[in-house]
Amino acid sequence: MAEGSRFFKVEIITPDRIFYTGEADFLEFVTSEGEIGVYRDHIPMTTVLAPGIVTIHSGEEEKRAAVHAGFAEILNDKVTLLAELAEWPDEIDVDRAEAAKARAEERLAAHTEDIDVKRAEFALRKALTRIDAAGMR
Amino acid sequence: MASMRDIKRRKQSISSTQQITKAMKLVSTVKLQKAKTRAEQTDPYFNYMYKTVKSMLARSGNIDHPYLTAGESTKKAVVVITSNRGLAGGYNSNIVKLITGTDWNVDDVEIYAVGGKGAEGLERRGYHIAENASHIMENPTYPDAAALCNKVLEAFTSGEVGEIYLAYTHFKNTVSHEPQMIKLLPVEIDADADDAEDSNILMNYEPNEEEALNTIIPKYVTSLFYGALVEAVASENGARMQAMDSATSNAEDMISDLTLKYNRARQGSITQELTEIIAGANAIS
Repeated sequence: MAEGSRFFKVEIITPDRIFYTGEADFLEFVTSEGEIGVYRDHIPMTTVLAPGIVTIHSGEEEKRAAVHAGFAEILNDKVTLLAELAEWPDEIDVDRAEAAKARAEERLAAHTEDIDVKRAEFALRKALTRIDAAGMR
Repeated sequence: MASMRDIKRRKQSISSTQQITKAMKLVSTVKLQKAKTRAEQTDPYFNYMYKTVKSMLARSGNIDHPYLTAGESTKKAVVVITSNRGLAGGYNSNIVKLITGTDWNVDDVEIYAVGGKGAEGLERRGYHIAENASHIMENPTYPDAAALCNKVLEAFTSGEVGEIYLAYTHFKNTVSHEPQMIKLLPVEIDADADDAEDSNILMNYEPNEEEALNTIIPKYVTSLFYGALVEAVASENGARMQAMDSATSNAEDMISDLTLKYNRARQGSITQELTEIIAGANAIS
């Protein structure tokens, strides 16, 4: 590999397809611990993804996608995101996401005993991510 | 000797059956193509998942995690993947045999069935069906797989079952499918897991190793399960294609056999008629 290259390989894989594969010089995504940005030669790390927006910077170009649940393996010249679900902004159905958001909020507000708070929160975050990502197209 | 009419009727009935088997063969061929591409698409995800989990466990050999040790319970959960429809040769019964062929006590097995045929077959043999999620088979999606997986994992973490197995038909290629039983939990990784290449990298985990295992292992199990589901669909259609193919050619054989018989009977009846006429003419003169 050429010395001084700022680029590294990025792969986003979901169960149904290879969602994205290409090169980037900077990658942003959200983990369960918070947002992180990765440059080339990052220390090797495996981390758990949280629903959020992945931004792939490649030179002047910028690509965004919504990614929900999964994990990321960061090696010094390669980042692999294994996501259960990944969507480009133009694949997102905003109306459905809005409906899901309303439903999750309702469930959280009702606060009855038999609801699964964690699941409702997760659904809410997923819906919000989708709405955010769709707003960027 | 059967009468001409009987033979003709039988021939007709066979050829209409043949039409059905022919059509079914064509349908499953198309479905098989689709399922095959789908199975190939899930491959990268699954392979990566396997590699990651393997190298994770290789490096964290002495970690004491509930997912890595068998539960106290002697009960075993078996996720059984079969089809909802029959006419697929030995496809369904092979899976059922796989489970009845083990030396496990019937009372110790909890069946999580995907696919109606397997559920029926096992229920008849006295197994307890804990969950029947046969609707998944129609069109397996990842969220469906995850939902069922969560149920099984819950049974494992709550101590209801001690081990989780998965019985499905492995899709080797179009003509060869193999019923298989694999152990999902506790996770078993071959001892020679740590190749030189892997152990050179010092991997960090965030939040920490245990948390990471907690989230990744269920995903690993789900991906195994989803992969099996997709493969099973491909195998089912492959098995049906073969079964229908041989049914069609059997029908072909039977029809040619019956045609021969029919012609013989026709000839026989003509000969008989002739003899009768000649005998009648002789009698008159």
